[in-house]
Amino acid sequence: MLATLGKRLATAIPTLIGVVIVTFLLTRVLPGDPAVYFAGPAATPQSIAEVRKSLGLDRPLPEQFLRYVGDLAHGDLGNSLSTGQPVVKELRSRLPASAELTLSGLLLSLVIAVPLGVLAAVRQGSWIDHICRIVATAGVSLPVFFTGLLLVYIFYFVLGWAPSPVGRLDAFATAPPSITGFYLFDSLLARDFESFRAALSQLILPAVTLAVFSLAPIARMTRASMLAVLSSDFVRTARASGLATRTVIVTYAFRNAMLPVITTLGMVFSFLLGANVLVEKVFAWPGIGSYAVEALIASDFAPVQGFVLAMAILYVALNLAIDVLYGVIDPRVRVDG
Amino acid sequence: MRAPTPIPEQDAGHALPLLDIRDLTVEFATRRGTVRAVRHVNFSLAKGETLAIVGESGSGKSVTSYAAMRILDRAGRIAEGAVSFSGLDLRAAPEATMRDLRGREISMIFQNPRAALNPIRKIGKQIEDALLQHAQVDRAAAAGKAVAMLEQVRIARPRERYHAYPFELSGGMCQRVVIALALACRPQLLIADEPTTGLDVTTQKAVMDLLVELTRERGMSTILITHDLGLAAAYCDRVVVMEKGEVVESAGSETIFRHPEHPYTRKLMHATPRPGVTLRALLPEGSGEPRPAPASAPDVDRQPLLTVENLVKDYPRQGARGALSKLWRSEPVPESDSFRAVDGISFSIGRGESVGLVGESGCGKSTTSSLLMRLIDQTSGSIVFDGENIGDIPARRFAKMPLRRRIQMVFQDATDSLNPRYTAARAIADPILRLGNLSGRDAVRARCEELAGQVGLPLDLLDRFPHQLSGGQKARVGIARAIALKPDLVILDEPTAALDVSVQAVVLNLLQDLKDSLGMSYLFVSHDLNVVRLLCDRVIVMQAGKIVEQGPSKRIMVSPATDYTRELLAAIPHPPL
Amino acid sequence: MSDSVLSAPAAQNGSPAVALLRHARYVVSENPVTGLAFALFLLIALCALIGPYLVPHDPLASDTAAALKPPSLAHWFGTDQLGRDIFSRVVVATRLDFAIALSSVALVFAMGGLSGVAAGYFGGWTDRIVGRISDTIMAFPLFVLAMGIVAALGNTVTNIVIATAIINYPLYVRVARAEANVLRDCGFVQAARLSGNGEFRIVLTHILPNVMPIMMVQISLTMGYAILNAAGLSFIGLGVRPPTPEWGIMVAEGAGNIISGEWWIALFPGATLMLAVFCFNLLGDGLRDLVDPRRRT
Repeated sequence: MLATLGKRLATAIPTLIGVVIVTFLLTRVLPGDPAVYFAGPAATPQSIAEVRKSLGLDRPLPEQFLRYVGDLAHGDLGNSLSTGQPVVKELRSRLPASAELTLSGLLLSLVIAVPLGVLAAVRQGSWIDHICRIVATAGVSLPVFFTGLLLVYIFYFVLGWAPSPVGRLDAFATAPPSITGFYLFDSLLARDFESFRAALSQLILPAVTLAVFSLAPIARMTRASMLAVLSSDFVRTARASGLATRTVIVTYAFRNAMLPVITTLGMVFSFLLGANVLVEKVFAWPGIGSYAVEALIASDFAPVQGFVLAMAILYVALNLAIDVLYGVIDPRVRVDG
Repeated sequence: MRAPTPIPEQDAGHALPLLDIRDLTVEFATRRGTVRAVRHVNFSLAKGETLAIVGESGSGKSVTSYAAMRILDRAGRIAEGAVSFSGLDLRAAPEATMRDLRGREISMIFQNPRAALNPIRKIGKQIEDALLQHAQVDRAAAAGKAVAMLEQVRIARPRERYHAYPFELSGGMCQRVVIALALACRPQLLIADEPTTGLDVTTQKAVMDLLVELTRERGMSTILITHDLGLAAAYCDRVVVMEKGEVVESAGSETIFRHPEHPYTRKLMHATPRPGVTLRALLPEGSGEPRPAPASAPDVDRQPLLTVENLVKDYPRQGARGALSKLWRSEPVPESDSFRAVDGISFSIGRGESVGLVGESGCGKSTTSSLLMRLIDQTSGSIVFDGENIGDIPARRFAKMPLRRRIQMVFQDATDSLNPRYTAARAIADPILRLGNLSGRDAVRARCEELAGQVGLPLDLLDRFPHQLSGGQKARVGIARAIALKPDLVILDEPTAALDVSVQAVVLNLLQDLKDSLGMSYLFVSHDLNVVRLLCDRVIVMQAGKIVEQGPSKRIMVSPATDYTRELLAAIPHPPL
Repeated sequence: MSDSVLSAPAAQNGSPAVALLRHARYVVSENPVTGLAFALFLLIALCALIGPYLVPHDPLASDTAAALKPPSLAHWFGTDQLGRDIFSRVVVATRLDFAIALSSVALVFAMGGLSGVAAGYFGGWTDRIVGRISDTIMAFPLFVLAMGIVAALGNTVTNIVIATAIINYPLYVRVARAEANVLRDCGFVQAARLSGNGEFRIVLTHILPNVMPIMMVQISLTMGYAILNAAGLSFIGLGVRPPTPEWGIMVAEGAGNIISGEWWIALFPGATLMLAVFCFNLLGDGLRDLVDPRRRT
């Protein structure tokens, strides 16, 4: 098991190398003078020259690349122009906020989408199947920033149920002591139920926004693969040997149907991490997405590049986890290693 | 656990049939309205009896049994009739009762055994599922019983195999597991739906023998659903013949072979290749004048057209990889991991001779035909065609060589071998346009029509697309294309494997006629010795990449020289004659 | 040239065009939603073509006296902070959003489709290089990569088109590669080789025409995603600059007013965007049913 894990980790290395090359290219080789970018919009020729020197842009390209990789190895992604803080530090402090939001969104959508997809397939042609179809088509069509605004208008302005969409906590609540960085866990660990309630009420709308967005692909894939499995030969055999409907659907159909769904999760994560940026902007969520957007508007490029790289590394790691999970369920993959 | 449904006790006096099907009609709701797949079918099965339902594809033979077990898909329903099992009305029985009967009283085996097993569950567990469901054992004893079942179907090292997944077993082994699963709860009736289709003949024999032995041992009744009249007659007491959803004849298997009554049965009987029958005799009686048997006296002096020497083909072995690494094929393929598909074979084909290349799947016969066709390059060895070593010409370059037109091929799957966007005429014209020396649309069209005439394809079908043609018509298009350039050698790669027997008989005769009139040489690649010997003067038997035996087909059929050929011959089901 | 000869006139009810039409009628009658989507598509295309000549107000003319007015007869969708007519802006924006999506899809169709077919058919090094490129792109969350590309290449509409094409590249490659890979070993392709067709001709006459239907479906399915992506980028301030009317940027402009109750500024462009994407997705599904009923989900 450890050996397979090691092998799988090794397969991620070339991907990571590709990611690093692309992010490097995005900063250096593309048209225009990177030094001008990094010096910011209010730069003088002098400051540009300084930036060029400090970034090593006067050196040949391979050397620049080695230096870039060296900096990365030391966890150095440069400094933000607007705040003057190291990019890594800011990303690290903001990451838990994004992670809490993305994961709760994903969890929420899994909890709804998987049963919906399964039921739609088992009762093909029933009302639940139609709901599933509508959700699957409408869900992918909703611009995530628009869904967010719509929810804010309905639940904050019209109904007044939700708090104002500004960040992870309202002005009166205090952040719980940081242990995991996830406010929901931290407040529970500190037995601070007031903070928990406050954090949860802030989290619900953005998480629902993300969930609505990722619901569609998961429900659609679950339904499709469940349908395929239900009409497969081995389910027919299971039925013909008189197994109980529950056994047929859960042990035989569902577990097999989950395999393509797990593969789809990689794609869903890709969408989620992108949608996260937009949702954070709508809800003024203090995560790494809104950090990147603020930096973009201020033409502050080091944070943007750092953000892109961090997201890519995170995404590769997530894919790796999905791969491992797949191997646990599917014996065919396990053997080949 | 639900209490098992009581099966009505039988009085010793009234020997009720085990399964009785009366006036069964099954309908399917389709786009074009309701289709009656099975119409007014009657038959019954006594306890301990073995019955075969025989028919060509679309005859409704599978649907009948699915209806009896009530596992039709959602579009199908029993419209009329009654199905009773030991006196229990299966059509009216509640679903819970049916579920209880399935597996415990009536079991079923399907074709394609590998797909019939849950790919991600241990085979032992799958057998246990059935045992536990029908309360045959408690949880503690289940594993032991499952292992015992594996042992009964002669799976070696059953204790280890218990933990195997289906993908780790061969097709024949998977079918044994499926049999174990079906028999685990000691049912009274087993329905086997084409249980050996797709398996090699030797495996087919082993599986069928096992099946018969186990069911006989237990005093079970069996229904064997098959397209193969030979198989049906060899293994069953009684045969029911179905055509287009109706039963046309039902009789003891000996009777049906000796005195088939219904014209359809007679036609089917006739078309089934069997020992001692000539190619012409496969055609239905009265179809044209009896043509003379082909003059196939093997001519020893015939000049060789093609000579193959020490032909070898290695393939690299490739393992599957994880999702992320699939496109990053950075690891080199280890050198030792190559697989020798063709292992130093030598043979020759004379002018105007037809040679059969026979072997089971994976023996290297298809690779050999691809090598001869110059579709792939060999690892070593020579292929001399009419004095020129075409083995020296790389496959990539061969497509445009003038020699290309002299070697052509008829493919195994006629549907797959026709571009779905080309009409029949366009498909036949393709080689003429590329390599032929005809110019002008009218000349090409005329040649297409001439070829269509030669292969017996009605001219009005020339402008149809493949999906508008039947299997036999598509086969004719494929043959017309292959002979369009008047080749010297045509390789026939299982040209009738996907066809029903009656169509097969016609196509085989067509091929023989074409050879007689055009004087081509054939290399007929097939798994079926019985079919090959009809068309071929000489037979080459391959096993594991090597030639084990070659010689005149008559000699090989009568007195095979090697054990393997003998085994192959013995495995062909012999009807009781 | 001589190919056309052989399809003689006799094939009246057999030609694929007629069969396709018949099948299309079946699909539409079975699923009227597809018909609706097609009507909607025509409307959007019409707006994109002649919308700017039809609108009642100048989309750029501000009128501070009439700022933040809710929908009325004079201003069907209301007015924004600068008093511009939202209806006119929404209609005029159609052309830009449509053009961005269309050109990026056309770009990726050419690049991804051809390289995917080449990778699937020829295999070997071609496959490895194409695979590596698309794998590296896939290693990024796609929207994030698009952000990075536009940030680096410069904040212009052209770069939005390029970024959108790049992030869609792996999807096209995957579809085309898989299809070509299957077709490569098909009997009819082998038969074409035996008939003396060179590899290049096989790709052109046997592989590409058979890959095309599935690629058309892919185009329709990714059109919606391309529009969403472009709108998302302009929502966070990339690409299109104010005061140019564009759906994403208009939603962004109205975002701040949502919490004070002026819903119409963001709602109308947002809803239009949603409708457009919805229409393309439905059309894609319908087209997929048309091309391959088995893949229906």
